[in-house]
Amino acid sequence: MEAIYGILDALLPLEAYRFTFMKNAFLAILLLTPMLGLLGTMAVNRQMAFFSDALGHSALTGIGLGIVLGMHSDLAAMLIFGIIWAVMICLIRQSGAASADTVISVFSSTSVAAGLLILSRGGQFAKYSSLLIGDVLAVTPQDLLYLLLALLGTAAVWTVLYNALLTTSVDPSLARSRGLRFRLIECVFVALVAVAVMLSIRWVGVMLINALLILPAAAGRNIARTARQHALWSVLIALFSGLVGLTLSYYLDTSAGASIVLTAALCYAVSLALRPLRK
Amino acid sequence: MPIHRHTCDLCHIDVDNVTVRRGGQTLLQNVSMHIHCGQLTVLIGQNGAGKTTLIRTLLGELSRSGAIRHLDSQGHDIPHLRTGYVPQHLQFDPEMPMTVCDFLAASFSRRPVWTGIGKNTRRQVAEALAAVDAPGLADTPLGRCSGGELQRVLLALALHPAPDLLVLDEPVSGFDRNGLKMFLDTLMNLKRSRHMAILLVSHDLRLVREYADHVVLLDKTVLTQGDAEDVFNSPEFFQVFGTGAAGEEADA
Repeated sequence: MEAIYGILDALLPLEAYRFTFMKNAFLAILLLTPMLGLLGTMAVNRQMAFFSDALGHSALTGIGLGIVLGMHSDLAAMLIFGIIWAVMICLIRQSGAASADTVISVFSSTSVAAGLLILSRGGQFAKYSSLLIGDVLAVTPQDLLYLLLALLGTAAVWTVLYNALLTTSVDPSLARSRGLRFRLIECVFVALVAVAVMLSIRWVGVMLINALLILPAAAGRNIARTARQHALWSVLIALFSGLVGLTLSYYLDTSAGASIVLTAALCYAVSLALRPLRK
Repeated sequence: MPIHRHTCDLCHIDVDNVTVRRGGQTLLQNVSMHIHCGQLTVLIGQNGAGKTTLIRTLLGELSRSGAIRHLDSQGHDIPHLRTGYVPQHLQFDPEMPMTVCDFLAASFSRRPVWTGIGKNTRRQVAEALAAVDAPGLADTPLGRCSGGELQRVLLALALHPAPDLLVLDEPVSGFDRNGLKMFLDTLMNLKRSRHMAILLVSHDLRLVREYADHVVLLDKTVLTQGDAEDVFNSPEFFQVFGTGAAGEEADA
């Protein structure tokens, strides 16, 4: 890590980045935002913004269950629960048992209530309240390693599955007629989103994580004409919002997650203004 | 461009005694028919007659009893029936940033579209669009295609890889009558040049009379089948559509 910190010192002559926790946060953003930018394009195309919001909320239950089950790692508990929860929502949605927004709303409120119930036992919730708005100090070198692995995993899955995801997001029935396994593909996608969300939730916060996934992709959509442009704009806007928001949060002494999301929201507003220029 | 692997006048898809039940209801009952290569077979019937169910069964989406086999001129099984499907419409968000080229390239090539589209794939897309009389659409956003253009794009997709059986589910929504005639002319050219079996669901009985090689009248089961004149003059046809319907568009 020291070598990487040395490079950052040379590249970032800002006061903010003299501190190790800011360097860690900077590296985390470099790894996380491209991943969220890419995943976000498909979440927006598949109209799953509400779904990823519900997923973020389920982190509370993940941690709660981890405590109940005596698991040592909060992250492992969140990851396992997040993936299972995401796949469950996905399967129930696919079964057509109820409309998508109803299913998601039921899952979302259940997971928030269950998480709060467990975490607030004996008036202990204050200990976990940082989960709601995130804490930039929470990024550790070990988190960075997980983020790197997740980014590489996402890039690999994105290489293999992207075309199939694109076709299924146009029309599931058409995709099925072409031999694509729609249900499996969607489950892999939601599991990937669950991993990305759970890895970043402790420092972005339950309340804001979804915005970081959706806003850059939504802004990119206003400017892009092709699938490639959408991916590029989404990643660029996510990176830009992440780095600018983090730096501003240091100087303004504000929540990093909130600053990043507001920067992304500003990018969205600009993209909306540029939208008529899209040919 | 004869891509078809088994060029003969008599190879066909044999639908034999197919029954589909779902949720305690019988959707199709003992359906038997042949769909011949090099012929346009048109499926007609009222709404709820089971036309879409039959299509979904042919696509392998629904479980069934009975057999669907692909046979050569000697009656031998040809393994694996490759089906191309043109749906009636797409349920997609028209604001999705995706051009026709992106959409087709996602199926034509393994390279993920977000990393770019190679020259070969781009050429393949241009050829596929030219083959369905829709050149120059490659760079149009999919959401800005007219109904007719979208049907042609879907046809280009259904033809790749070359299917043994091409299934089209009422490709009328995006067309006026003139547009539909042009679309059917494209289909006729494909039928002749690629010798594929084509199954079309249509409500436009005037065009059915003009273009169909074989007509199947369905109402849960096959009421009657044969060439257009025979079917249109059959008592079963009058029973379903009433007198005077043969020159009109069926109620739909």
